[in-house]
Amino acid sequence: MSNSTRRRVLAAAAASVALFSAAACSGGTTRDNQGDAGAAPSSGASADPNAKLKEGIKMAFLPKQLNNPYSDVETSGGKVAIDELKGEYKLVGPNDASASSQVSYINTLIQQQQDVIAIAANDPNAVCPSLKQAKAAGINIVGFDSDAAKECRDVFINQATTQGIGESLVKMANELAGGEGEIAILSATPNATNQNAWIDVMKTELAKPENSKLKLVKTAYGNDDDQKSFQEAQGLLQSYPNLKVIVSPTTVGIAAASRYVSSSSFKGKVQVTGLGLPNQMRQYVKDGTVKKFALWNPADIGYLAAFAGVALASGQITGAEGEKFKAGKLGDYTIGKDGEIVLGPPTEFTPENIDQFKF
Amino acid sequence: MSELRRPGSRRALGWDSIIVALTVVVLIIASFAVENFGTSRNFTFLALDLLPIALVALPMTFIIVTGEIDLSVASTLGFTSALMGTFWTHGLSIETIIPLCVVIGAILGAVNGFLVTGLGLPSLAVTIGTLAFYRGLALVVLGDGAVADFPAAYTGWVTGNIGGGSIPNVLILLVILALIFGVILHATPFGRSLYAIGANAQAAHFSGIRVARTKFWLYVVSGAVAGLVGVLWTLRYSSARADNGAGLELAVVAAVLLGGVSIFGGKGTLPGVLAGVVLLAALQNALRLEDVSGQALNIVTGVLLVASVLLPNIITSIRTTWQRRRLRSAAAH
Amino acid sequence: MTTMTVKAPAIGSFFKARELGIVLALVALVGYTAIGNPRFLSGQSIRDILLNTAILAVMAAGQAVVVITRNIDLSVGSVLGLSAFAVATMMSANPDLPMIVALLAGLAVGAVCGLLNGVLVRYGRVPALVVTLGTLYIYRGLAYSWAGGSQVNADELPRHFLSFANDSLLGIPWLVLIAIVVVGGVSLMMRNYRVGRELYAMGSSPPAAELAGIKVARNLLGAFLLSGALAGLAGVLFAARFGTVDAAAGTGYELNVVAAVVVGGVAVFGGSGSVWGAGLGALLLTVIGSALAVLDINQFWQQAIVGALIVLAIGADRLVAVRLARSLRKRDSHV
Repeated sequence: MSNSTRRRVLAAAAASVALFSAAACSGGTTRDNQGDAGAAPSSGASADPNAKLKEGIKMAFLPKQLNNPYSDVETSGGKVAIDELKGEYKLVGPNDASASSQVSYINTLIQQQQDVIAIAANDPNAVCPSLKQAKAAGINIVGFDSDAAKECRDVFINQATTQGIGESLVKMANELAGGEGEIAILSATPNATNQNAWIDVMKTELAKPENSKLKLVKTAYGNDDDQKSFQEAQGLLQSYPNLKVIVSPTTVGIAAASRYVSSSSFKGKVQVTGLGLPNQMRQYVKDGTVKKFALWNPADIGYLAAFAGVALASGQITGAEGEKFKAGKLGDYTIGKDGEIVLGPPTEFTPENIDQFKF
Repeated sequence: MSELRRPGSRRALGWDSIIVALTVVVLIIASFAVENFGTSRNFTFLALDLLPIALVALPMTFIIVTGEIDLSVASTLGFTSALMGTFWTHGLSIETIIPLCVVIGAILGAVNGFLVTGLGLPSLAVTIGTLAFYRGLALVVLGDGAVADFPAAYTGWVTGNIGGGSIPNVLILLVILALIFGVILHATPFGRSLYAIGANAQAAHFSGIRVARTKFWLYVVSGAVAGLVGVLWTLRYSSARADNGAGLELAVVAAVLLGGVSIFGGKGTLPGVLAGVVLLAALQNALRLEDVSGQALNIVTGVLLVASVLLPNIITSIRTTWQRRRLRSAAAH
Repeated sequence: MTTMTVKAPAIGSFFKARELGIVLALVALVGYTAIGNPRFLSGQSIRDILLNTAILAVMAAGQAVVVITRNIDLSVGSVLGLSAFAVATMMSANPDLPMIVALLAGLAVGAVCGLLNGVLVRYGRVPALVVTLGTLYIYRGLAYSWAGGSQVNADELPRHFLSFANDSLLGIPWLVLIAIVVVGGVSLMMRNYRVGRELYAMGSSPPAAELAGIKVARNLLGAFLLSGALAGLAGVLFAARFGTVDAAAGTGYELNVVAAVVVGGVAVFGGSGSVWGAGLGALLLTVIGSALAVLDINQFWQQAIVGALIVLAIGADRLVAVRLARSLRKRDSHV
C-alpha cells in the first residue's frame, strides 16, 4: 500500500469513528427505546359457527422445504382433506430450509390470489412481513408444524402440546437408560422453534427427582441435514464414551443417528430414541438399534390444517380462543389460547407395533 | 484472436445490447402471457428480489472489468448481518449500526484488496479463502441463532413503497447507485482506466495508471456495498442470521457475466449487467407464478451463462471464416 | 501473474517442503487433540476421519489435475449430486446389481459431465470458470428436475450397497481403499508419465505447450473428464455412505474441494503442486473438523479456521515462490 493510501484509510477510519460517536450521542433507535412492538391485532370479523364450508377454496401448502419425507407425509394429509372438501390443493416450497427462501414463495402465492396459505415457518420472524401482506390481501394463514410469529397467522396446528412431547421424550430416555446414566440430545437447528420448546420442557423434567440420575451431557445440532446430523452423532459418541441414550426430537436427526449407531461398534451399547417416521426407522427397529420412539401421525397435521384453513375461509372460525369446528374423520376441535389447535397425544412405536404404521 | 482486424469489435450489436433487448422482450412476453406478472404488487416483489444481486453486481462489474474477481461478497453480507444482530442485542442504536456495518464491510473488502494488490495473490483463490473465513466469522459472532426485533420503522421502509405507491423505496437507492457507478465507468477517465487495466495491466501501469491502488479501492467499495446489502437484507427479512445470502456470490457473478462482461477483464457495460440481473430475476419470478419449479431456472441460468460467451465466439469465428473466404475470392479475381 | 510460471521439475525440493508442511501441521494437530482427548486416536475415531476424508480426497485428486492445467472445475458438487441420485435410483430399482456396476455407472455419469465441460472450454473457447459455473447450475438443475422433490431413503437401497461403506478389506474400509488408489494412481500418472509432465507444462505456459507440440486439446479434455468421472465416483461413495440421497446432495462441495486443493499446495495459476498434496489437504481439512468436535471447541469456528488456512496457504506459497525466483535469478547471475 502506498503512503497516500494509508493516509486515506486512516482518514476514512477517523471520519467514520466521528460519525458513530455523533450518532451514538444523538441517541438513536435502540432495542430498549423502540417502544412496544405492536401487540397482536385481532381481526375484527366475527365468526359464524353455522356457516357452511365453502367449496372451491384455493389452499396452498408451504412446508419448510420440499423433499423432506416428513413434510411430504404432512402435506399429503392436507391434499386428502382438500379433496374431501372439493377445494384446490397446491404444494410449493424451497429446496433448502433457509429463512429467506420462503418469502419469495409467499409473495408468489399472494400474486396467485390463494384463499388460504398453510405454512411451516423456517424462521418465525423472517416470514412475518410477507404473511402480513398476505393477510392484508385477504388470505387466511394457517401455521402448522413450526409456528410463525403469532401476529402473522390466524391459527396454528400444534402436533401435540409442548409439555406432552417433552415429558414423553424424557420418559422414553429414562426407560432406555435403565433409570440412570448420561444422555445427549441431537436437535435440528439451534433456533428451531418447536425443538427448543421441547428441550426446555425436557430440562425441567430432568430436574425432577425421578429423573435425577439421568445426566444431560450435551445438546448437539444437526441442522436437519442428514449428513451433518450423522457427523454430530459421531462426534457425540467420541466425546462421551459413557453415553447411554441419544434423544433426537427431529425425524432427520433420529434417522441419521440410528444409521450411524447401527453401523458402528456402539450398536447395542447406545440407545437412540426421539421423534421419527416409522418408514425411515423400521430397519433400525428390526435390527435392534432402536427399541422405542414416538410421533404423532404427520398426515393428520396436514389434514387438520386443511380443515382449519377452509373453516377460516368460510367464516366458520376466525382464530379466536374457544371457537369450535369439525375436522372430518378427526372429529371436533376447539381453538385454544393464541389460536393454537392441538392435534392430540403422540404414539409410541415399538418392534411389536411398528408394522401397523405405513408412513 | 490475433487477426489484424477484429470483426467482432466493430459489430453494431454487442452482447450487452442483445441481453438488454432480450430482457425487454422477456418482460413484455411475461406481462402478457403470465397471469399476475404485470401487476404493480408483483413489480414490488420483483424489485425486492433483485435488489441484493443488482447492488452487489455494481462493484463486481468494476472488479471483473479489471480482470479480478471477488467471491467473498455474500460472506461479507452474512458477516455484517450477523454483526447487526449482535450490535442490536447489545443496545446500539440502529442509526449507529447501519454506517458501522458499511464501514466493517469496507474493512473486509480492504483485507481482500491488500491480499490481492499488496501481496500479489490471485484474487480467485484469495476470495474463496475469505468467502469461507468471513462466513465462519459470521457463525462465530451469531452462531446459528437469529435476531429479529428490529424497529418496524426501518424494516417497514425497506419493504415499503414510496408514498404507498408501487415503487419500492429501496429501488431509489439502486437507481442512484447505478447512476453513480454507470457514470464513473462509462464517462470518466477513471472508468476508462479500469478497461485499460483489464485489457493489459502491464501496459496500463506503464501508461501511468496506478493499477494496484485502483484495484485496492475497488475491493474496498465492493466490501462496503456488500455491507450495505447485509443491512438491507437483514431489515427486509427482519432477521439477522449468519447464513443470510449464502450462495449469492455465484448468482452475482452469473448475472455479471451474462450481462456481457468478460471474465478476463477489459470488456463489458453496466447496462448489460443490470439487464442480466433483471432477466434472471424476471425469469425466476415468472416461472414461479406459472408453478414451474425454481430448479428449472437453474438450467436456464447455466445455459444462458455459457451461451453468453459461447455465442459471440461462434458468431466471431463464423464471420472470420466468411471474411477470409471473401478475401480469398477477391484475391483470386 | 507471470511470476507464477515457475517450472515444476526444477523445484522438486520445494514440493517436498510444501507437503512436509501439511504433514507437520497434521501431526501437530492430531498430537494436540489426542493429548486433550485420547479417544481421538481410537480405532473408531480414526476410521470415521478416514471415511469422511475419502469422498473429498477422490474429488480433490481430479480437481488438482484440472487446476494444474490452469483451469478450474466448479461443477464437481453438482456432478456428485447428479451421480449420487442416478446411482441410488438405479440401485433401488434393481437391487440385485453388483456394487461394481454402481461404481461404473457413477464414473460414467461423471465422465459425460466432465467431457462436456472440457469440450466447451476447449472448442467453445469459453473460460473454465464460466463453463463450470454454468454447468454447476445446469447439472444441479437436471438433478432437481429428475428428482422432482423425491428422495431415496436408506431402506429402499439394497443391503450390499449400503454395507459397502462399512465393509473393509484387510481392515481398511473400501471407501478409504478407493481414495488411496485414486490419489495414488493419479499422483503416479502426474509424476512419472509423459502425459503428467505435459499437463504441468500446459499449466505453466499454455501457448508454449501448444508450440512445443503437446496435444493440448486431448490432454485438456482428459483432465476435465477425469475430474468429472472422479466426482461421479464420489457420488456413488456418498450414496453408499449416507444412504439418504436427494437432488441437493453435495451442494457447495466445490468450495471444499477447491479449498483442499489450494491448502494442499496446488497453485491456482497452474503448473505447480501435486495430487497427493491435494489428498493431504483434504485430510487436513477433515481432521480440523473432527478435532474441533472432539476438543469441544465451538463448531462455528471450523469454517473461519478453514478460510484462514486457505489464505495462509496461498500466502505461504507466494512467499516461497518469490524467494525461489530471487534465488534462481541470483544463481543465474553468478554463472
